[in-house]
Amino acid sequence: MAEITMTVNGRTVSGTCEDRTLLVQFIRENQGLTGTHVGCDTSQCGACVVHVDGKAVKSCTMLAAQANGSEVTTIEGLASGGELHPVQAAFREHHGLQCGFCTPGMIMTAVDMIRRHDGQLDEHTVRSELDGNICRCTGYHNIVKAILAAAEEMGGSAKVAAE
Amino acid sequence: MYATTYHRPASVDEAVKLASEEAKYLSGGQTLLPTMKQRLAAPSDLIDLRHIDALKGISVDGKHVRIGAACTHNEIANSDAISAVCPGFTYLAGHIGDPAVRHMGTIGGSIANNDPAADYPAALLALGATITTNSRTLSAEEFFTGMFETALEEGEMVTAVEFDAPEKSGYAKFRNPASRYAMTGVFVCKGADGSVGVGVAGAGADGAFRSPEMESALASNFAASALEGISIDPSGLMTDMHASAEYRANLIKVMGKRAVEQAG
Amino acid sequence: MGVEGIGARVARKEDKRFITGKGRYTDDMVVVGMKHAHFVRSPYAHAKIRSIDASAAEKMLGVIAVLNGKQMTEDGIGNLICGWMIHSKDGSPMNMGAWRPIAQDTVRYVGDAVAVVVADTKAQARDAAEAVVVDYEELPVVTEAVQALKDGAPQLHPEAKNNLIFDWEIGDAAATDAAIKSAAHVTKMKIVNNRLIPNPMEPRAALGIYDEAEDHYTCYTTSQNPHVARLVMSAFYNVAPENKLRVIAPDVGGGFGSKIYIYPEEIVCLWASKRTGVPVKWNSDRTEAFLADAHGRDHVTEVEMAFDADNNMTALKVDTIANLGAYMSLFSSSVPTYLYATLFSGQYKIPAIHGNVRTVYTNTAPVDAYRGAGRPEATYLLERIVETAARELNVDPAELRRQNFIREFPYQTPVIMCYDAGDYEASLEAAMQAADYKGFPARRDEAESRGKLRGIGMSCYIEACGIAPSQAVGSLGAGVGLWESAEVRVNAVGTVEVLTGSHSHGQGHETTFAQLVNDRFGLPIDQVSIVHGDTDKVQMGMGTYGSRSGAVGMSAIVKALDKVEAKAKKIAAHLLEADESDIEISGGELKVKGTDKTVPWFQMALAAYTAHNLPDGMEPGLKEGAFYDPTNFTFPAGCYICEVEVDPDTGKTEIVQFVAADDFGKIINPMIVEGQVHGGIAQGIGQALLEGTSYDPETGQLLTASYMDYTMPRADDLPSFKVSTTETACPGNPLGIKGCGEAGAIGSPPALINAITNAIGKNDLTMPATPQKVWAALQG
Repeated sequence: MAEITMTVNGRTVSGTCEDRTLLVQFIRENQGLTGTHVGCDTSQCGACVVHVDGKAVKSCTMLAAQANGSEVTTIEGLASGGELHPVQAAFREHHGLQCGFCTPGMIMTAVDMIRRHDGQLDEHTVRSELDGNICRCTGYHNIVKAILAAAEEMGGSAKVAAE
Repeated sequence: MYATTYHRPASVDEAVKLASEEAKYLSGGQTLLPTMKQRLAAPSDLIDLRHIDALKGISVDGKHVRIGAACTHNEIANSDAISAVCPGFTYLAGHIGDPAVRHMGTIGGSIANNDPAADYPAALLALGATITTNSRTLSAEEFFTGMFETALEEGEMVTAVEFDAPEKSGYAKFRNPASRYAMTGVFVCKGADGSVGVGVAGAGADGAFRSPEMESALASNFAASALEGISIDPSGLMTDMHASAEYRANLIKVMGKRAVEQAG
Repeated sequence: MGVEGIGARVARKEDKRFITGKGRYTDDMVVVGMKHAHFVRSPYAHAKIRSIDASAAEKMLGVIAVLNGKQMTEDGIGNLICGWMIHSKDGSPMNMGAWRPIAQDTVRYVGDAVAVVVADTKAQARDAAEAVVVDYEELPVVTEAVQALKDGAPQLHPEAKNNLIFDWEIGDAAATDAAIKSAAHVTKMKIVNNRLIPNPMEPRAALGIYDEAEDHYTCYTTSQNPHVARLVMSAFYNVAPENKLRVIAPDVGGGFGSKIYIYPEEIVCLWASKRTGVPVKWNSDRTEAFLADAHGRDHVTEVEMAFDADNNMTALKVDTIANLGAYMSLFSSSVPTYLYATLFSGQYKIPAIHGNVRTVYTNTAPVDAYRGAGRPEATYLLERIVETAARELNVDPAELRRQNFIREFPYQTPVIMCYDAGDYEASLEAAMQAADYKGFPARRDEAESRGKLRGIGMSCYIEACGIAPSQAVGSLGAGVGLWESAEVRVNAVGTVEVLTGSHSHGQGHETTFAQLVNDRFGLPIDQVSIVHGDTDKVQMGMGTYGSRSGAVGMSAIVKALDKVEAKAKKIAAHLLEADESDIEISGGELKVKGTDKTVPWFQMALAAYTAHNLPDGMEPGLKEGAFYDPTNFTFPAGCYICEVEVDPDTGKTEIVQFVAADDFGKIINPMIVEGQVHGGIAQGIGQALLEGTSYDPETGQLLTASYMDYTMPRADDLPSFKVSTTETACPGNPLGIKGCGEAGAIGSPPALINAITNAIGKNDLTMPATPQKVWAALQG
């Protein structure tokens, strides 16, 4: 059995689990954070994307033991002080979700994407960066729109902050 | 996934001591863990190599590139130092898997697995790279021995990949529409001495390979047009439901031309 | 139109929970003492089960029980059924073989359940499932419908000789043959409609909880229609009487038809919970979903279309063989018959139509309704052959369509359906404008200069939604009525709950349905709650599929709102000492017309519940229910135009433009409707370009059993879409709604294939048009 201690959404948590436990299982079953989903067995759908030490990873393709000592952010930890993250707000505003199942992974991927590109995104880049996230409902049209809008929004605030 | 025991060594020596016939080294885990989830692999122990400092880091000294085995695809893709001397290689790294996979997957893990649809082996063959392990140094030709086969012995691990950057480099791949792995990828490079390397990923029934006919065509004229007249023999190429050997033979030529165009 | 009323682009109420990770799906449910099920599934497509030895598995760590099908039968659990009776043209009823929830003697497809392990953890259950030893005797396999019909083919069920389930027809064979014989031109094609695997992103799951003290069952399940699930599990599978069975379909992560049916797994979870005394949860992994979810489509069709010398369509003759897989799923028989052949007239005046459909058993997963269900198959064959005919006749495909459009309504087709309203010219024009159809030749030439083959293709589809008039479907063999129910509860403080028999698994009902209430009473939508998906909370309802929640579900809500409005006006009239015919409701107030006398909505509601001062004889309270049974199907229609560029070197197709012009009748929330169209188009493009299901014909192994081999549409496979709507009101229901959920998946495949075949100059191309296929077509 593995003794796991990690920071999840800013809070230090610990738990015991089998060594074979995936990070997503630890998050869902041990921590009760069921916003992170599992949609495939082959690391392709991206419903399980969380941030580990600030980077988007597929929590179905990482052992909880590998994340021991790491900082993990899940969809539940994205909004702060009751204020939606701009990407969350943009998904709602632009109807970037329907059934909601892929949405947490999509949003976590989008936040990471915007960060890595400094908010400088175009449609082509967004579409190719969504390679590892599958949505069956939206045809991606409004997801792409939401991410571009959020990037602009966040880029805008970054500029203001820098001035 | 079957039950397993996880280890996190801090040094190469410590890792090697944990190794056994039933154990496996775990690097990024982006292939190994899905394989274990499907219960197609059942290592008794997993030895995590991501916390060993000696396996980390990228250094570029003049034209000489050294990449630690535990460097992620993302780190390689975003290395300005490599990009400055060998942009084809960073382009290749930036097009492996998806962004989340690139955050975890490592060059050492990828080449030790030698998936026929992986991208790096083709590039390392074309570049004439050397692969350093904890016990020896091998040429890429020696290292990659067949589909999912390498020269690595039990307990041996890749510690670094090294190559001299060419004058020109380019990579073009045609992805399997479902898995998004390379259905055919071609890496081309041209050294300052005029030598040309062409490595092919995703197409060979026996894993990545160099294409002598494309190399000789490009040696006399490093231009896409030089590949116009050549024909690729489909025998020895993979056939699966997504692509016949004939189709892959065509893709090798087409991707070869595009890689040359990208190399400039 | 208010800011939250009918026609307003209102952001969704339900989104808050989904974007913050607070959605509650079946697999998120945890109850005390819950254990986990893992199914032992057949690795063979066809085999006799000689024996099952669970002795080693039973001794493994954490294992509570290993259960089999014989025990289910001993406990009185019944077989799975198909709920729509079809008779062959000789009058005989369909030949349905038995489908046991857990196979007992014979397995008939890879993935057929053989046993189930219940254990403390999922991993332990799976560990033990591997230790269950099943001795199989392999039998010969057939996976393709055409092969299955041949003499000497492996036989799946003793009831179905030559694997034929039924041989059914529609229309006038003699008239059709005569028209073809005397035609000036006849276009003939063989059309294959590829098998698809639905793949909602949430895999199926079920949690069965048996309460021994109350002798009561609760089932959490990923269902599009929890009441139908309860009805079928009670009446046919004998799990428990309806009053002892509560079915809850909480947040459901997409369905697309595949979550309509009652599958073995939820029945097994309920039964196993009683048998073991612990709550039992099962969660499908993706590979299981590929193997054991109901698949869609899988038709092989010969089609002929006849024209007179002026290019008027004179006849259509269709001969289809439909693969229903190893067992008849719940609505499988209706899909290739009444949901398919009744649309053969398309948007065209075709005086003579005949269709023949044979359905067949094979050693593959059961096939049932998948987004569009029969209508994509009809549209594909029709729009492919119209386009092909235009090429053969050397006329513009748009003009050939335009010339043959139905222009007068109601229009009785030769294949049952009576179209109530439509303007096909309007959607064709809208699409051609949006696509700049005239400018295509210049774009093609420009693409050619870049070495690309550019092509354009269109599709004018019609579908039948608003499923369905109960009496009509009853006369055609349906085992259920297809009305919908609603209850509107006005609380004492004036807030409103709408209980609906529809079920949202992504369609946004919590918002759209609340907009109806806002539109009627002027209450903000955050004061309106939509309750659905729980048989203990909501009256019997029929669920969501076939684009019916708008046309049927909302019509029921409207009927209930009518009753609430009438009573509210009576109360207000009484309070304001006015005549009820003078009361009008707006902005959360009830007013006497032409005066300043008003009573706030909440005060009227309070009066209803205090009952201190109500009109003589009026019952207290304000709560009304309604059942709505449609009078006809509704007929959404539209025109899709797709433009592609094919890379001749690789055969890869890029969709450079996709235009949709749909007529959905009245639209409540345009944002949500557009989203439905986007998603539908993506699934249609998936079928045409990417998604191919492949079984090994020798072994019956599913070769495309994960996302490694089954190509799901990704963001970079698709363009942004240009969608618009035209509107002819639907006279059949109070809101004039036609339905929008399936149009995209119905209209888009032929548009895309017509575009690719136009680009490459070869007409013979099957779906999915993968790069390899297109490249090979270009070589040949």
